[in-house]
Amino acid sequence: MPELPVLTVKDFASDQDIRWCPGCGDYAIVNQVKKMLAKTGAKRENTVFVAGIGCSSRFPYYMSTYGLHSIHGRAPAFATGIKIANPDLNVWVVTGDGDGLSIGGNHLMHILRRNVNVKILLFNNRIYGLTKGQYSPTSETGKKSPSTPMGSIDLPLTPLSVALAAEASFVARCVDVDKNLAEVLARAEAHRGSAFVEIYQDCNVFNHGAFKHATAKDVKEDNIIRLEHGKPLIFGKERNKGIRLTGDYKPEVVELGKACKEDDLIFHDEDDEKLAFMLSRMQHPEFPEPMGVYYAVKDDCYEDLLTLQVTDAIEQRGEGSLEKLFNMGDVYDVE
Amino acid sequence: MGTGTKQDTKLVTTSEIKSAVVRFAGDSGDGMQLAGTQFTTTSAVIGNDIATLPDYPAEIRAPIGTVAGVSGFQVNFAAESIFTPGDKVNALIAMNPAAFKAHIGDVEPGGVVIVNESEFGKVNLRKAGYEEGYNPLDEGSFDQTYQLVKVPITRLNAEALKDSGLGAKDANRCKNMFALGVVYWLYDRPLDTTIAQIDSFFGKKKNLPEVAKANIASLKSGYYFGETAEVFPVRFHVAKAAIAPGKYRKITGNEAVAMGLVTAAKLAGKDVCYCSYPITPASSVLHALAGMRNFGVKTFQAEDEIAAVCSAIGASFAGQLGVTGTSGPGLALKSEAIGLAVMTELPLIVVNVQRGGPATGLPTKTEQSDLLQAMFGRNGECPVVLVAAQSPGDCFDITIEAVRIALQHRVPVIILTDGYLGNGSEPWRIPDPDSFEKIEVQHPKDPEQFQAYARDENLVRPWALPGTPGLEHRLGGLEKQHLTGNVNYEPANHQLMMEVRKQKVERVAKVIPPIEPYGDASGDLLVLGWGGTHGSIFTAVENARKAGKNVSGAHLRHLNPMPSNLGDLLKNFKRVLIPELNLGQLRLLIRGKFLVDARGLNKVQGRPFLVEEITQAIDLMLDDEFGDREYLRPHDGVVRLEDQDYDFTSIDGRSG
Ligand code: SF4
Repeated sequence: MPELPVLTVKDFASDQDIRWCPGCGDYAIVNQVKKMLAKTGAKRENTVFVAGIGCSSRFPYYMSTYGLHSIHGRAPAFATGIKIANPDLNVWVVTGDGDGLSIGGNHLMHILRRNVNVKILLFNNRIYGLTKGQYSPTSETGKKSPSTPMGSIDLPLTPLSVALAAEASFVARCVDVDKNLAEVLARAEAHRGSAFVEIYQDCNVFNHGAFKHATAKDVKEDNIIRLEHGKPLIFGKERNKGIRLTGDYKPEVVELGKACKEDDLIFHDEDDEKLAFMLSRMQHPEFPEPMGVYYAVKDDCYEDLLTLQVTDAIEQRGEGSLEKLFNMGDVYDVE
Repeated sequence: MGTGTKQDTKLVTTSEIKSAVVRFAGDSGDGMQLAGTQFTTTSAVIGNDIATLPDYPAEIRAPIGTVAGVSGFQVNFAAESIFTPGDKVNALIAMNPAAFKAHIGDVEPGGVVIVNESEFGKVNLRKAGYEEGYNPLDEGSFDQTYQLVKVPITRLNAEALKDSGLGAKDANRCKNMFALGVVYWLYDRPLDTTIAQIDSFFGKKKNLPEVAKANIASLKSGYYFGETAEVFPVRFHVAKAAIAPGKYRKITGNEAVAMGLVTAAKLAGKDVCYCSYPITPASSVLHALAGMRNFGVKTFQAEDEIAAVCSAIGASFAGQLGVTGTSGPGLALKSEAIGLAVMTELPLIVVNVQRGGPATGLPTKTEQSDLLQAMFGRNGECPVVLVAAQSPGDCFDITIEAVRIALQHRVPVIILTDGYLGNGSEPWRIPDPDSFEKIEVQHPKDPEQFQAYARDENLVRPWALPGTPGLEHRLGGLEKQHLTGNVNYEPANHQLMMEVRKQKVERVAKVIPPIEPYGDASGDLLVLGWGGTHGSIFTAVENARKAGKNVSGAHLRHLNPMPSNLGDLLKNFKRVLIPELNLGQLRLLIRGKFLVDARGLNKVQGRPFLVEEITQAIDLMLDDEFGDREYLRPHDGVVRLEDQDYDFTSIDGRSG
């Protein structure tokens, strides 16, 4: 038996210099992605990274796999075409909050509802980096930026709520510098279907510290909940706080103790769409923000169903030949 | 049968004619497209040459009974070769006053006009916009100008179906078949093809045998009515055309595009990935391909025009035949992505079934006004290959050519057809499946010295497919370094790459056939056309030549690059006339490229050229009557010099 070469993290790096700003959260992500690929035994030749436009979208250039740095917002559409044409490829989309939720919001919604077997990493830095600091669809209201000197006036949207509403079959969130990134990436990799992962990413230059609450060592455990399937929603440095449902089905933060036992808390269930949506609405500072896999269900993939229609049609009607093609419809003879 | 039987048949004379133009017109819910299609199929099956022009409103159900809601279907059928749906109508079937009003002006004097008299009541006359108390059927002048035949179609049809078991409303929907039956009798056509199709559609496919029976009963009643009612003094016979023996089918341009794509994909050993967003008049390409899954066809109805082209490019990147189809507004939306395909040098087919623009324009009407959009409508210097079909059947051939170029030259190819070609039909001789040349496509496998942007003698770069070990590379929209394909911003490299992309498209000229004029290779006037106007231009030029005029014609199927001998051809003629269904787009290119003083005949009325219009422009050009005018336009089917200046203060721009 020939020996299969085992690829290391380095094998997934391209020969191009990485051009992100020093200290950008993207570095941590690209390293974790390479690690994940090495660990899961991915093949370079079968892996394709597709991106749109933006800082995050330079990602494919830094990988030694196949890559397509496409046009602004449309990466999901390119990825869909790739999967339709060759369902065997392992396709990843890298996008950002502007690329994926503003100019490309439409495509994101549709790739998710179709459940194309593509992994989508949305680097959310809540700002436009490449165009130098304008506010984005995830910037908090009142954001002062070059295009909103008096503060932005529109409400931000929550990527995970959008993904769930778009019928995504896998929804997760993680932080660029947190250990849960590796776990979530591995889970996404293993999911068959569209996997949507929001990654809190620090834009060191234009929005530094946007996710301080979820990254600062001293406070982060009080500000996030690490989701585990089947486990109660407990958080806090001391793991002494939890989330309970009120009588009118709203989440509330409670102290664990005599008045509230673990069993009184909400138990995480990755199959529960309503719970996932509720979790996606929990925002800092009112709530700790859930990290990990919110939702994961099995469903058919678009490209598999499409391929199945082709094989079914061939079975029922016989494989099409040119002879058959030309003689479709009303054929008549002229003598 | 309520309307008489064969026994009281009286002998009528049958007049032998070479060709006839029949137009079915009614409300958009009256089933006129179906009646017209049936008449066309029958005529094709009995061996006539045919050309059709469906003409329907943009609204699915425009207000019933109004002129805006009129749907028409024109068919020209002949015992000789024809190339257009015909200028003047020889027989009009008008199912209501609005249809009568909208179409009577196109009927030749002396032509047959069959009106559904039952519908000429007060309400319908008002809806058609006739003055209160006026009924055109009472007008003596119509009777004198045309052979006006009043048939109470609605009433007779209801009578014929009174025992059919169908409700009044369903029975009434069969009246198009009654009308068709009358016209079948008038032109001496057999009913069997239509009967078989009704049976297979309503009887078998929809499992509605009583509806099938009723439609057939209506059809026969109409036919017998023609035979017995003595309302037609003469009936007509159009003999078989002398077309080459063989197997034929009727084909529309959109069907031909679909079949061309499947054929080309088979020849190249690829799967068709047709990614499209519904748009009139291109949707039927998507419908046709969606029904061809057993040919390995994958269709993808994308969420919008942009996603459609992007997914097609994705499919090409992954190694299949990526195709997107659309019409003008959709092409505008696809511009940026087509630019990416140019930059990444991937094969891509874009089918543009042109319609009246700008903006939403005239969605169901034909026009040729996207030529410059297709040529230049992208940011940056962004050359693509451009081809245009000249007839419904040619949509098949040009599609195969386009795929061959795209796959072998790794370049986007835009195929321009139009609403007239897409919906119009003609007989199509079924080709021998073995008569096609394979489309050879190489994909590199060897990692040794692989460079993503290395080039062969045609400046074509290797098409390395994801899944191939050792050839991993990154494509994208940022400028590429020559040979390596790495991102590169150097000034000299950008200039070089611009020239590479330009020359790469120009070198496609090596594989396209030279343009061959019909008529003489030099002379007083060359009429140059492109796209769907071929039939009218060809017919007008042939007529002029028969009349002894020094005129030749030439038709462009390749618009970028153009055939390499075009410049020489143009120089051999004293004058060049370019008729187009736009305001002079090819004219601009020809003038700019060849410094030729070409003049135009330009019509943007949502309809194809009449042969007569081109004939008149030829005469005016030969007589040097154009003066300083760069182009002339027809009004109401006539090209007159005194009719060229608009008065923009009046509603029709003409009555000053
Ligand atoms: S601008 Fe921000 S997001 Fe972009 S590379 Fe720099 S730090 Fe990273």
